[in-house]
Amino acid sequence: MQLTKDAAAAASAQDDLRRQMDGGDTQQFITFRIGDEEYGIDIMVVREIKGWAETTMIPNAPSHVRGVINLRGVVVPIFDLRARFGMGLTETTRMHVVIIVATGKRIVGLLVDAVSDIISVSPSAIRPVPEMGLPANDHFLEGLVALDDRMVTLVALSGLFGQQAAPAGGHAPDGDGSDAQKAA
Amino acid sequence: MAKRILTVDDSKTMRDMVSYTLRKAGFEVNEAEDGKKALAVLAGGRFDLVITDLNMPVMDGITLIRNVRAGSQHRGVPILILTTEADGVKKAEGKAAGATGWLVKPFSPDKLVDVVQRVCP
Amino acid sequence: MNPLAQFRQTYFEECAGLLEEMQAGLEALADGAGDDETLHAVFRCVHSIKGGAGVFGFDALVAFSHLFESLLDQLRDHRVPPNRDVLQVLLHAGDALADIVAAARDDATLPEDFAADVTQSLRALLEGTSAATPAPHTPHPTEASQPGERHRYRIVFTPRTELLERANEPLLLIRQLQRLGDLAVAADTSRLPRLDVMEPEAAYLKWIFTLDTGAAEGSIRDVFEFVEDDCDLTIERVAPASTDAAVAVEAAPPPKGTGEAPIAHTVLAQSIRVDVEKLDRLVNLVGEMVITQAMLTEESQTLPTDRYPSLIKGIEALAQNARELQDSVMAIRAQPVKSVFARMPRVVRDLAASLGKEARIVMTGETTEIDKTVIEQLNDPLTHMIRNALDHGIEPPEERVKAGKLRVGTIHLAAAQRSGRIIIEVSDDGRGIDRDKVLAKARERGLVAPGTQPGDDEIDNLIFLPAFSTAETISNISGRGVGMDVVKRNVQSLGGRIDVTSKFGSGSRFVMSLPLTLAVLDGMVVSVGRQTYIVPLTAIIESLRPKAADIHRVVGRGDVLALRGEYVPLTYLHRCFAIDQAITDPCRGIVTIVQSEGAGRVGLVIDQLLGQQQVVVKSLEANYERVEGISGATILGNGRVALILDVARLNESANGSRSAPANEWFDADALVTA
Repeated sequence: MQLTKDAAAAASAQDDLRRQMDGGDTQQFITFRIGDEEYGIDIMVVREIKGWAETTMIPNAPSHVRGVINLRGVVVPIFDLRARFGMGLTETTRMHVVIIVATGKRIVGLLVDAVSDIISVSPSAIRPVPEMGLPANDHFLEGLVALDDRMVTLVALSGLFGQQAAPAGGHAPDGDGSDAQKAA
Repeated sequence: MAKRILTVDDSKTMRDMVSYTLRKAGFEVNEAEDGKKALAVLAGGRFDLVITDLNMPVMDGITLIRNVRAGSQHRGVPILILTTEADGVKKAEGKAAGATGWLVKPFSPDKLVDVVQRVCP
Repeated sequence: MNPLAQFRQTYFEECAGLLEEMQAGLEALADGAGDDETLHAVFRCVHSIKGGAGVFGFDALVAFSHLFESLLDQLRDHRVPPNRDVLQVLLHAGDALADIVAAARDDATLPEDFAADVTQSLRALLEGTSAATPAPHTPHPTEASQPGERHRYRIVFTPRTELLERANEPLLLIRQLQRLGDLAVAADTSRLPRLDVMEPEAAYLKWIFTLDTGAAEGSIRDVFEFVEDDCDLTIERVAPASTDAAVAVEAAPPPKGTGEAPIAHTVLAQSIRVDVEKLDRLVNLVGEMVITQAMLTEESQTLPTDRYPSLIKGIEALAQNARELQDSVMAIRAQPVKSVFARMPRVVRDLAASLGKEARIVMTGETTEIDKTVIEQLNDPLTHMIRNALDHGIEPPEERVKAGKLRVGTIHLAAAQRSGRIIIEVSDDGRGIDRDKVLAKARERGLVAPGTQPGDDEIDNLIFLPAFSTAETISNISGRGVGMDVVKRNVQSLGGRIDVTSKFGSGSRFVMSLPLTLAVLDGMVVSVGRQTYIVPLTAIIESLRPKAADIHRVVGRGDVLALRGEYVPLTYLHRCFAIDQAITDPCRGIVTIVQSEGAGRVGLVIDQLLGQQQVVVKSLEANYERVEGISGATILGNGRVALILDVARLNESANGSRSAPANEWFDADALVTA
């Protein structure tokens, strides 16, 4: 279960070829599963795919932050997408998979159940996410794609990590609240 | 096996010159820039000779000699002090602290090797 | 050609540093900010310059530095008073020395009467002390031994125990004598005691030598040069030897073959420009290598030594090389502090203008090099210290004039490398710390226990306590909570220390000491539950396993540990970080006493100490965010990430919130069902 940059590059070359053939600009997604649902993520942001390995816990982090790992000398945080999507913590096994993605200047890992496929999608095939009367927090959902009998939810990293520019944590000098005081 | 010498001086020029000259003469040379570092280096291995300057920051040469002589590992190792001609007093002070001999600065490479060989053949 | 000529460049590079340090020291002395150690340092600088000058035969430089050094020596011995005139002479001498060094470097000839007045002043001051020692001469080996007539000498040599204690060796002396001619040796063993009472390290033998030699008696005495005070020695010429003049004897030891040493071809500095990113990558790679090596070393310790001797030896050699490689690479990345210092004059100008004050900034040691990781972190604390000096130190011009000072205040910014750390000093000639006021304020705020009288140093250091500000009206410059406590916290989180000394009415001096790099740090590896953390060694005072009787609960304040009459608050790491399966009873785990925020000490309760280790510091923020109580991460020998504790902040977060820090870029509230 190793999909490397090379594979991505090969896929991308294939994509170019297809683009030339049908004149449309299709986009490639790597699809992965969480539970029974299938999601897709832009292949261009995927750096590599790794098997799950134990992480180092980050103190007082939200539950979906599963800790950090050593990726060839770089400290990379791992996010549990199941937890992020509000479906509880993933019960990790050796079969679980971490997708290493690059977003902006950050490298992060996404814990998912399994990686399933690479799909090419033309923009016209992407359906908007239907309004479901929920708070508009779905900015990381890019759209839905119907593939034969399956439905893939496309996830936009830019939406997931959209507010990264804001300095995280409560250390900004103008921060009123200072987490240090709250729970005293 | 080559004899191992530790040269202690806060002046890099001096250390470089002493090391260069002694290495050329077939010695193995380590360096330290003050007495305290010298003690640390000494603790980490066996040396056959220590050559030390007297005026150094952190720990001066006299204190270094006293410490070496008070310890067990290198108490029997010859120690040469580097001194200037005007320092007759320093010579005596070094000697009293336990120095084996001295070398008057400035010295020629031959003189250095000669003196070293006198105490550490 | 002197084979040591190749060290000329090193010498002049070193001189540049020494001159800078000397200047800074002299200025400090002249400003009254220096102490004995400053004087010693200045002496050492001049002394080192002289030492090297002798080697290269820079006679003028030797002569002048000798004179200069002699005066400094007299000052050290308090035989010359450090009054204004003397200090002025020293300052001039410093300038002259710099010029003479420059002339020597550039092979320039200085006019005959160069610095004649300074030389004259130095002489005059020295004459008053009868310490006008003649300048030493550059080496002129006088061993032009003329093989004269052959004589027989009888030498009686009785070593004393001191001779052996000082590591002189009679055998070597005998060998040297042998080189002078034909030697007959007899040992007198009459003083040798019975074996059972013999002191193994005492000297009991007496030697009688008969030496037939053409060398002069002086050459024989020279053999005993080092030991003449540690032995009884008589040398006398005796009845004529059977003068066999046909046997020519080498009187002097054969010269060592150093004649063909390579000559320094170029004295030009050779350097190349390298992209910083490439260097960073190199530093990272070397860091990785050190980690891998640590892992190998760890693994190799489980191997039977006798079965894999060369493997184990190889791993040891690798460890050594890796360490040296790392040091070398770090040295390449070092930069002069100039880049940060250069921004400070502007800060002074702008702020002085807005405060209606007049001030100048003097900088020394800008070429001191430190790793760029530290340089990057230096700007904020430095700016703040400069602002503080201007805001609270330097008085308005009128007030200065009234106090008999120059209208224009001076802020001195200095950097120097000392014992593997960088020392940065910010001193001013302003009003200094008003201890009465500080103490009153501290009492008012309950920072000082009633009835106690802290020492001057302690009072001065009160200004580093959080939110302590003596500015009557809180100015918008350095008041309002962004006080010196923030500087202290910044400096501490860099693994540094900061101290202040002050003289009311004449100025303050802040001295901060920082590690040369933030890329590696010496840490203690500790465990809590199944987690492993690194505590920076600089923060640790001691570690111990307390007795139950020494742990007390203070209502509403948590537990304290009674330690030598003091109560140290305990911080349970497993509680701060919500770690399960940890040891909760400090008497079964370990309490590590650390220096925390302000002046306080805190006992960190952990499970156990796993050992000391140098670690390569990795950023946690690069891919995640700042975490309260954590200053960074590292990778251990087993490949796992371990977090490095930010001890100063840990305290705070432990006393305060346990709530999750705001995590905006990955907001847990943004729940969406797919």
